[in-house]
Amino acid sequence: MDSPLLPEGVKRCSPAKFLFWTLPWFLLLAWGGLSAFLCLYKGLNQTNMSNIFAFALWIVFDLAIIALGAGAFFTGFLVYIVGKKELKNILNAAVIIGFICYSAAIVMLGIDIGQPLRGWFIFWHANIHSMLVEVSFCITAYLMVLGIEFIPNILENRKLAEIREFRLFGHSLHHIMGVFAATGVFLSFFHQGSLGGMFGVMYARPFAAREGFYIWPWTFFLFIYSSIAAGPCFTILCTKLTELITRKKLVPNNAVQTLAKISGWLLASYMVLKIIDTLGWIYGVVPRAGLTFMDFFREGPYGVWMMVAEIIVFGVLPAIMLLSPKARESEGLLIIACLLNCTGIVFNRFLFIVVTLAIPVMPFDRFWSYLPTWQEWGIAMAVVGYGFLLFSAAYRYLPVFPKERELNPVTE
Amino acid sequence: MKKGSDQGKHKYGMVIDLDKCTGCGTCMIACASENNVSVRPDQSDKERAITWMCLYKITNGKEFPHTEVSYFPRPCMHCDNNPPCVSVCVATATKLDFNTGIVSQIYTRCIGCRYCQAACPYGSRYFNWWHAYFPKGKGLERYLTPEVSPRMRGVVEKCTFCHQRLMRAKNQAYAEGRRELEEGEYVTACAEACPAQAITFGDLNNHEHQVSKLSKHPYAFRLLERLGTQPKVYYMSSRDWVRRQAENLLPGEYKPVINKTWMEEEWSTRPGRDEF
Repeated sequence: MDSPLLPEGVKRCSPAKFLFWTLPWFLLLAWGGLSAFLCLYKGLNQTNMSNIFAFALWIVFDLAIIALGAGAFFTGFLVYIVGKKELKNILNAAVIIGFICYSAAIVMLGIDIGQPLRGWFIFWHANIHSMLVEVSFCITAYLMVLGIEFIPNILENRKLAEIREFRLFGHSLHHIMGVFAATGVFLSFFHQGSLGGMFGVMYARPFAAREGFYIWPWTFFLFIYSSIAAGPCFTILCTKLTELITRKKLVPNNAVQTLAKISGWLLASYMVLKIIDTLGWIYGVVPRAGLTFMDFFREGPYGVWMMVAEIIVFGVLPAIMLLSPKARESEGLLIIACLLNCTGIVFNRFLFIVVTLAIPVMPFDRFWSYLPTWQEWGIAMAVVGYGFLLFSAAYRYLPVFPKERELNPVTE
Repeated sequence: MKKGSDQGKHKYGMVIDLDKCTGCGTCMIACASENNVSVRPDQSDKERAITWMCLYKITNGKEFPHTEVSYFPRPCMHCDNNPPCVSVCVATATKLDFNTGIVSQIYTRCIGCRYCQAACPYGSRYFNWWHAYFPKGKGLERYLTPEVSPRMRGVVEKCTFCHQRLMRAKNQAYAEGRRELEEGEYVTACAEACPAQAITFGDLNNHEHQVSKLSKHPYAFRLLERLGTQPKVYYMSSRDWVRRQAENLLPGEYKPVINKTWMEEEWSTRPGRDEF
């Protein structure tokens, strides 16, 4: 039925099978749609957020997917600026994942703010001292860049490519993509950093507060570093999942290995900096606030184990695995290492967001608990559904993986 | 920012005498009433209820008969040094007024991102999770202050040191041909209502004002002072254990002003306390 739209020379499942595959993701989207309607119509009282947990599940999701989507700008940087040509075979996938992550994050933020219709005030009444302003500006601009980076791939669709103008436009865009890749790197540097800066500058919240360089707290740099360490691993995970589901080899091994190796080096150096930062914080910021490290974990379920897990299990361990050629070349271990790495960044963001707010600063204040409502989960899960849908549709109708035909010759 | 603040002519602030506070909650009621603070059918939802002035109960943690209780009324601290909430606000919806020292909130500009709530260590900022609600038929709507706009759903609100009272007092002074306010012409609703007169409000920059004198009392302290926010709300207590709970302290850091407690000695008769 949709065969004229499918890329040439590759095998795709039947439309009925594809429709069946999309059903659960549409269901997630429907759940999210209902949740979004309730949150917009009835207000944020539909969530379990409170004056204590002003940031909650959605912000964790936002920051996590923005970090995981960093594979897009970083792979673009490696391809167009460093010149790692073998990564071109995974670049389209990275860009689509980045597009999914960033567009979903912006929609989530739109629901998360109490007055969505005033969202444009961020740009109109911008407070240049606020890290969140920098985040908003750069994310919006970067989503446009991602859109531009996605366009040539969309125009490669068999039907669209038949239109000469589209084909020419797509090709022309290809030629100047280096400029957009560089713009993407610049914008990503600042929004990933500002997301970290957002928490580091909260000087009256000793759990998040950090010292830094000039106006930038160390978290500014650490968030950039951690995102480029974990983002490529998320790209690898997504392509591996696609390979598993489609039962095809889609990306040549050398591209995956290069990306995994770079990720390993970045994660290892990030862990060194993260450990130094944590020690500096424990022996500098924390005692200056009149606290000891263990004071933070007196109440509530968020124990010190979370920090240990973040650094050791989800940090040092995957770094060692990714740096070891033997572990990297074993598909199972590579996937485990990537999973650990990505979990680590989610843990990191969770600690900076939820745990920071959960820890009362006033000595006589108490710990309050928070569990998300189904409406909050609905919107978070809709992001997953949207991601699967868009990526599946892109895979089905666009030549996302340039080497797919070569790696999987169709024998009629 | 600090420089600008120092240049300000007035710096309104308050001193709350915790030894006088009985925890009656009148300050909370007066504040809510003066400022049209919305209520909920279920006010026991403390995580989402709006209480610009919030009363905390603290104890010395000792067993009976040595138990002592004190109350901590907590308005917005109107931080004087780079208020944590101001620099983070995306839409410039909150600012520190250098002429009065008041940290204000522009409700119609707030987008409800709640970053300010995350940044404030005192929990002084409240989000409107619901539409403003004043139960009909119970007379509450008759008590609404016409000078204060009720807040819409989805924005953050906070204590403004009853800014409308400052405006009113200024108007009155101008009408009478005066350029300056007398002490006591502008006081917040909580300070006015406190039956124990535990709250003293005035201009910290004016050495004639009682609040300025009290803020320099040896018993005066501020909440989480070491974080560097420089609150303009001071507290006073002769009790060590109370002062100790205003700050996170490492072992050995606390320097007692006096080691006697209320139970051990009748502090109010001690010479020096009120004569200071």
